[in-house]
Amino acid sequence: MLELSLGIILGCCALGAGAAMIAGIGPGIGEGNAVAKACEAIGRQPESKSEVTTTMLMGCAIAETTGLYALVIAILLIFVAPGRLVNILMNTLGK
Amino acid sequence: MKEKNHSFKIKDILLLLGMILPLAAGIVIKVLTTPASDGIEITGARIFFRLKLPVQDLLITESQVNSWLVMISILFLCLFLTHGLKEKAEKKRQLIAEWIVEKTDDLVQKNMGSYFAGFSPFIGAMLALSAFSSLQSLLGLFPPTSDLNIVAGWALLVFLLISYYKMKCGPLHYLKSFTEPVSFLTPLNVISEIATPISMAFRHYGNVMSGAVVSTLVASALQGLSLLLLRWLPGALAKFPLFQIGLPAVLSIYFDLFSGCLQAFIFAMLTMLYISGSFSPDEYNAYKARKKRTVTQAKGGC
Repeated sequence: MLELSLGIILGCCALGAGAAMIAGIGPGIGEGNAVAKACEAIGRQPESKSEVTTTMLMGCAIAETTGLYALVIAILLIFVAPGRLVNILMNTLGK
Repeated sequence: MKEKNHSFKIKDILLLLGMILPLAAGIVIKVLTTPASDGIEITGARIFFRLKLPVQDLLITESQVNSWLVMISILFLCLFLTHGLKEKAEKKRQLIAEWIVEKTDDLVQKNMGSYFAGFSPFIGAMLALSAFSSLQSLLGLFPPTSDLNIVAGWALLVFLLISYYKMKCGPLHYLKSFTEPVSFLTPLNVISEIATPISMAFRHYGNVMSGAVVSTLVASALQGLSLLLLRWLPGALAKFPLFQIGLPAVLSIYFDLFSGCLQAFIFAMLTMLYISGSFSPDEYNAYKARKKRTVTQAKGGC
């Protein structure tokens, strides 16, 4: 029984981390759009390259935030959650 | 004259030593405290010791030590660059120092306006600290920016600054700004206010941390690949790290050099935008004028 519980905990943490990273799709598409538009803008007005690049990088960084939230959740699920959950399990079994 | 030249050089060497020694000390500490292991593994910051405090133990971790070391290093770098300043620039280092100051002033002027011109030392310090902290991973040290606590501290500082400048037009004005544009949006406004420092901290930390994780994963995958391919060779040749030569360096250029510097720039940029966006000098002047009028009216009433 204990082995089964441990297996479920570890497996579900890994699955959850993988599922959380599906959020990487959003920033990928968004940043791709931003860079495409920036390329178009530079093609139209090559003299404004530096300003467009700076603004694009800022926008990309902000668009990335949602992906990074997912990343933080995934990292917590992989490195932190299993230990805590196993602790909780051990405490409840010990009672 | 010659005597003076001599002491100048000695001081120069001392300043250079002060710049390099903290980083060397960091490497020595890392070598001494890291337990031997043959595999490549992902670890957080190592805890050196804990200080017993009444409410909660204070942990002295690798990231704290490294960030203090990098601060000392930057301090000596600044002292070195500004050593022997002349009215007319003669040395290369004075030109470099002037270039840095000029660029920072320019950046702050352009993004924050002339009211906040005094912010350029703060922004410069933040840029330097963030960039050099991330670049520490080039030396094999644990970069402090891949620890959430360090970056969250910076973000908290920025949040305090933002709140201070929002409250400058009076606390009532600050509270009222939450009910705009419509009053039922207040909870959302509060959430977005709190989300500012969190997203800033997560952005910086997540980028540096994910770079470290991806490089580690790729390095261990390359290790496995070279072990797999060279298994049939006799003796020590079987453990020859064929694919680990050079290939991880390509990733390192992106994750350590480019991403580290870019995140420093973005953190500083967001700091500037948030602070200057939270305060408008015109409104502040109007507030001051209104206050002055009420004070004079009260005096006249008496």
